[in-house]
Amino acid sequence: MAKKIWIVLFISFLIYSASVYTNCDKKAETALNKEVKKGWDVWQAKNCQSCHQVYGLGGYMGPDLTNTASEKGPEYMKGFIKYGTGRMPNYHLNDDEIESLLAFLTWVDKSGRSAVPEKAVHWTGTYIIDDK
Amino acid sequence: MNTTLKIYTGFTLALLLGTLAIGLVASWAFLYPEIYNDYIPFYQLRPIHVSMALFWIISGATICVMNFKKEFFSSLFGSRLESIFIYLWMITIVTILVFYGFKKFGGREYWEFPPLLSLPLLAAWLLLIVSYFTDWKKLPGKQPLYVWMWSTGILFFLITFLEQNLWHIPWFRQSFLREITVQWKSNGSMVGAWNQMIYGTALLLMVKMSNEPAIARSKKAFAFYFLGLTNLMFNWGHHIYNVPSAGWIRHVSYAVSMTEWLIFISIVQGFRQKMDERSKFRHLIPYKFIIASEFWVFMNLLLALFMSVPAINRYTHGTHITVAHAMGATIGINSMILLAAFSYMLNIHSIKEEVKKRFIKYYWLSQGSLMLFWLSLIGAGIVKGYRHTALKIEPFQEMMRPVMSVLKVFSYSGIGVLIGLGGITFILLKQLKRERVAADISKPSKLYLWKQESR
Repeated sequence: MAKKIWIVLFISFLIYSASVYTNCDKKAETALNKEVKKGWDVWQAKNCQSCHQVYGLGGYMGPDLTNTASEKGPEYMKGFIKYGTGRMPNYHLNDDEIESLLAFLTWVDKSGRSAVPEKAVHWTGTYIIDDK
Repeated sequence: MNTTLKIYTGFTLALLLGTLAIGLVASWAFLYPEIYNDYIPFYQLRPIHVSMALFWIISGATICVMNFKKEFFSSLFGSRLESIFIYLWMITIVTILVFYGFKKFGGREYWEFPPLLSLPLLAAWLLLIVSYFTDWKKLPGKQPLYVWMWSTGILFFLITFLEQNLWHIPWFRQSFLREITVQWKSNGSMVGAWNQMIYGTALLLMVKMSNEPAIARSKKAFAFYFLGLTNLMFNWGHHIYNVPSAGWIRHVSYAVSMTEWLIFISIVQGFRQKMDERSKFRHLIPYKFIIASEFWVFMNLLLALFMSVPAINRYTHGTHITVAHAMGATIGINSMILLAAFSYMLNIHSIKEEVKKRFIKYYWLSQGSLMLFWLSLIGAGIVKGYRHTALKIEPFQEMMRPVMSVLKVFSYSGIGVLIGLGGITFILLKQLKRERVAADISKPSKLYLWKQESR
């Protein structure tokens, strides 16, 4: 009996995983351009997520950067990236790397909003976020 | 325990010491980055700490499985493969730390090392799987629950590790929402995978201490195992509630997470029985760690249940409450069970009375400090959640100002956690050096629990 339950659960897990992979984002997909891809590589190589969050996931040292591109603008971000602050070290990125990083963060910004508005909270306790 | 496993045990305990020491330094670097940035910045300390902590837990879990399974699994086929697994695993961990030393990162949460180093980790784990399941196949009769849990944990670690690396396939990166969803799906389930190995070991320890094999065969125990497995598979969505991916992922996760109230109610109902059990076994050091882990299960499960309600998660997400949950679970639950198992394996009761007294003092220091540590993180999270989500205070540094004051309590309590758990680890390391271990495979097993039952 236990083996049968295990197998049923495992098959459900496989089906659920496949559904998550294929259906989690219903928005129109755009292939990554080279600039965004390069920026994503810079983001990972410099371990930016150690201090910053995207969608509230990552470190706690600096602000969440999901929507900084639209809220503060690229010039504002460039200043921080180029020179650092007292808390943020200067990574000595060259201009190309900075532009790529900004392209990546602008692409992330277009994927959605990190903050959940109050009106999205359903009476059952869950959120209803527009995912179209 | 053979020499290789003994070396691996020493290495793993050293990882715990490293985790504690680097974690303490990182907490001060978080408070005063302007002092540390020129020497060893926070973005370098954090991956060292996180990787050491993860590898302490995963390696500790594999030691428990490899050591205890030899009492029940008759074949020694796996020994050679296990040795290769151990050395390959250890060498890769050291290489990862060296890469961090040179500021070479892969930049993925929890797995922050350059991605190529995932290959030797994968190869090592495959060796462990072949070794374990070759012996497992030969087991006669119905298996006790801890064997089910170990098998589940080993298998699901592989699945989630592979899933964690799906981002190398370009299609997964075409959508940022897909990328982040799959990343946190695997991270969430992977925690469930190592929990299966560790909770299975806790169950075996209780069987050994109480001499009641039936507790690993009861229908209720199996029912809770399947509940845990369901949560491992489907309850990872709380990590990404605010990500605007398909809504059904959020709803499924929310619904499944609420089944954990059954576990919570069961803990409350079993409280009286626990008190009786405690009076019987409280003289046993491994049991002290088991009781500590059960206390932390209670506290962290309650916290997790609240965090699993999206309406509450809106305030807690991205705050130090998430850190409290992660650290409360890894230190309070995982590490306590591992220390119980290591104390049992290393015959901790054979140490001198004065050392035992010191050991127990370290134990209480670690518990008290951990409580302060945990509460200060929750306090910091509440302040941040309120100021960020309710008051919408900007700029970021202004919003964080009072949070940093609360975090000073966290950093000070970290000193107590370091001394308490560090003291315990030093005693275990000394014991490892001088003692024969409880489950020595060169001698016939004392308990034959599984074999007796399956006849």
